[in-house]
Amino acid sequence: MESINHTIKDPLGIHARPAGMLVRLAMNFNSELSIARESGESYSLKKIFTIMSLGLKYGEKLTISAKGDDEKEAIQALSQYLSNNL
Amino acid sequence: MMLFKGKSLSSGVAIGKIKTYSPEKIDLLPTKINDIENELNTLKLSFERTISQLIELEEKARVNAGDEAAELFISHQLMLQDEDFINCIKSIIINERTNAAWAVQLIGLKFAKQFSEMDDEYFRERAADVIDVSHQIISFIRNVNHGLMINSDDRYILIADDLTPSETIKLNRTSILAIVTRLGSANSHTAILARALDIPAVVATSMASIENDWQGLEAIVDSENGNIYIDPDMATFSKFKQALNVQSKRKKQLLALRDEPAITQCGRRVKLYANIGSVEDVSSAVENGAEGIGLLRSEFLFLGRTNLPSEDEQFHAYRSIVEGMNGKRVIIRTIDLGADKQAEYLKLPVEDNPAMGCRAIRLCIERPEMLITQLRAILRASAFGRVAIMYPMITAVWELELLKSYHLHCCDQLLSEGIAFDNEIEVGIMIETPASALISDLLAKEVDFFSIGTNDLAQYTLAVDRQHPALERYNDPMHPALLKLIEQTCSNAHKNGIWVGICGELAVNPKMSEFFINSGVSELSGSPAALLPLKEKIKSINIGNFM
Repeated sequence: MESINHTIKDPLGIHARPAGMLVRLAMNFNSELSIARESGESYSLKKIFTIMSLGLKYGEKLTISAKGDDEKEAIQALSQYLSNNL
Repeated sequence: MMLFKGKSLSSGVAIGKIKTYSPEKIDLLPTKINDIENELNTLKLSFERTISQLIELEEKARVNAGDEAAELFISHQLMLQDEDFINCIKSIIINERTNAAWAVQLIGLKFAKQFSEMDDEYFRERAADVIDVSHQIISFIRNVNHGLMINSDDRYILIADDLTPSETIKLNRTSILAIVTRLGSANSHTAILARALDIPAVVATSMASIENDWQGLEAIVDSENGNIYIDPDMATFSKFKQALNVQSKRKKQLLALRDEPAITQCGRRVKLYANIGSVEDVSSAVENGAEGIGLLRSEFLFLGRTNLPSEDEQFHAYRSIVEGMNGKRVIIRTIDLGADKQAEYLKLPVEDNPAMGCRAIRLCIERPEMLITQLRAILRASAFGRVAIMYPMITAVWELELLKSYHLHCCDQLLSEGIAFDNEIEVGIMIETPASALISDLLAKEVDFFSIGTNDLAQYTLAVDRQHPALERYNDPMHPALLKLIEQTCSNAHKNGIWVGICGELAVNPKMSEFFINSGVSELSGSPAALLPLKEKIKSINIGNFM
């Protein structure tokens, strides 16, 4: 199990387009991938409807976790994407 | 005659018969079924077929309308891969023993409702996407085409309430003269697609509704002014018929120039090449009389995917382009990506200043395996036509020396593997930094040609971020500093017996043609659509005796 923390820097939060790209990226990995909010609720990163409806906003702190055979690669790729786009 | 007004998305006049379109209202009733297994299987197959179709639409959008338009179809695919969506539909089939089509309709509406109730307008628009996707699945389940069917013999003006992106991307220029929709906005995805597909369109019109008895009536779309005339009177018809004639004449005039060389009145010859970014663009280059490809942006092979393209993949693409150009020179630029426009799998570290960071050739120097793969692919393609290699963002002689060693390494490898390549392949560089322009005398001794990338050269020389809207007044594309650097580059090139081309936007600016010709530029490369008007301009120039 690997995880990283990320704070959303994009003023628009996670809106439709990056949500789509984030989920697309997550689909490439076998590991279970989830995103948890400060409140503790955790959601699968492979569900576009869920991720788009979360309404994650600017300044929110998130924890991304990966569990599976390619968890290290998954975390690195997701971390990279979040830093560059959100 | 009826006149309607709407938001224009393009210019140009279209005259033709109306075809009205309203999507078949899908209002299914549930039917009880006994063979649940079979129903679930039908569902699974329909999902798979819809995803395949969406992948095709994604590619079509990418080629015709760019990455952003393509991403729309990616999010549609992800909807079909969302386990919650799939499981909800399956539950209905299993628990209520009803048919798959009805289950999809029900759940589609439920998920769409979720979006239509959100605050964000962007999400509300996504509700329509969910319905669009659901309808596609239902079409496959019922084995019926609910979508737009165009009889390709005639050409129509299409009038509809609205068009979904999947409907728009399927339209083609040959059957549709223009699109008119009652709803829509200038920035909707449909608008973006229509513009990119180069179909004149007017949206958000003042029509109260689309009338069935408009079918087959004559209409005029004056897209520049956003006016639509249905069943025009004689006076209006004549006026626009004339405008259309002028428009057609102009098109014919330009097309007639296609195979003629670009020679000025005073006998100076310039070669007109095309800048392209995909295999499909080759046909456009050829149609517009391009004498070669001045810039093949190889990034298309690296973007929109999750891993590096293999040598074979690259080779096949380059070969297609080279063969498509039939012996005419194809200049392939090595990958020009950086932290600002990257592909996630490259895992480029975040930079404060991506425009001046580890990008383009610097990235290749950092990752020689990536460079060698690309060079090998380009060299292999060189056996099938006339290829040239071009390196972007060069600033020093040592970079070229290093690149030459990699080039030789690849040649040695290919030789020992018995793979054919052009061992006299031309190698050139982009002059797009002040440094390279200022040391162009030294660089000219190391390469076979220069191609001046005026966009980036201007950015780095004027110290202006070209995406920054507030800085437009500082970003003079014909700034004297830029012109001086261009002149210096050309002069140094000629002193060393190499040729110079221009591949930035300035190349096709008719105001610059005389300057370039006077500076001794041999080749101008730009987007295919710009070539014929440019040729017309060049043929009209008269600057007297050869300098």
